[in-house]
Amino acid sequence: MLKALHAKQDVQLIIGLMVGVLFGFLLQKGGVTKYDVIMGQLLLTDFTVAKVMLTAIVTGKIGVHLLKSLGKAELHPKPGSFGSTVIGGLLFGIGFGILGYCPGTMAGAVGQGSLDALFGGIVGLLIGVGLFSELYPVLEKRILNKGDFGDLTFPRWFKVNHWVLIIPLAAGIIALLIWIET
Amino acid sequence: MEWLSLKQWSPYLVGIGIGLLSCVAFLLSDKPIGCSTAFSRTSGMIERLFRGAKVQEKAYYKKFAPSVDWEWMLVVGIFIGAFISARLSGDLRAEWVPAKWSAAFGDSAFLRWGVSVIGGIVMGIGARWAGGCTSGHGISGTLQLAVSSWLAVICFFIGGIATALFLFRVL
Repeated sequence: MLKALHAKQDVQLIIGLMVGVLFGFLLQKGGVTKYDVIMGQLLLTDFTVAKVMLTAIVTGKIGVHLLKSLGKAELHPKPGSFGSTVIGGLLFGIGFGILGYCPGTMAGAVGQGSLDALFGGIVGLLIGVGLFSELYPVLEKRILNKGDFGDLTFPRWFKVNHWVLIIPLAAGIIALLIWIET
Repeated sequence: MEWLSLKQWSPYLVGIGIGLLSCVAFLLSDKPIGCSTAFSRTSGMIERLFRGAKVQEKAYYKKFAPSVDWEWMLVVGIFIGAFISARLSGDLRAEWVPAKWSAAFGDSAFLRWGVSVIGGIVMGIGARWAGGCTSGHGISGTLQLAVSSWLAVICFFIGGIATALFLFRVL
């Protein structure tokens, strides 16, 4: 682990910016900052978004777990619960379907000149997260912890080495992508 | 360097690039790539302009302080990177109403704007409710084999596909 580098806060902000620049460049080149491409995916007529995401997952999954095996990275799986993950996920999906951008691709859409993203989506998103911060104390007490399963990962759940899951899952995703292409 | 000015790259190449970039983020910054908390922090900064420092006392902003962090810079970077890509390929243009939208609902910028705001509000609530978005859960979480993230991304697409089909096929 590059702990000394991780601790340098100002350098980290610059790394964050650089990773973002490359991420935004790739998203735009992939076409996934475009409303038409994202809605094509949600209408199941254009599978570009799935191809980008699934390829990223396979590559990242192998790479990050290799780094972990080498002692160069630690995992940070997000905690979840049925009350937060399922309800929040479905709400997110509904908003995603109405808007046609997600938070990251929307920042990219603004960069390519999409004014509906800049003046509509971003404004709405900021209002939405603001409303959530108001609702948070009540939601946390009543809903967010219902059916909590913590930061569980599949290898820990099934009590197997992570490679036992990564290799078949990667093979399955590649088979799925080949099937989409043909 | 002609490839830099292409309008579109293979989605597989882009996916591999994003996967490698995730590795770089873990290695250099000990961080998974994610976008939605940056919007929470920004919303907190805006709220602070109007209501002052007491905003920081809100339970949610104690978790996600209204200040610039790695992820916030990442989102700024996405904007810059997409701008560079679009500029190089001649894809950069001011557009209010995307083609697919206008084919189905007409070319009123006002309608598209209003619907975008509503969609953004619902998505913003959902993103923080679920604790992540299409990048934080959808890519970074799934690649870590997190149960929460696989469940979240399935729900994102169930909600998204159902809503899109309703808007475009039913209405």
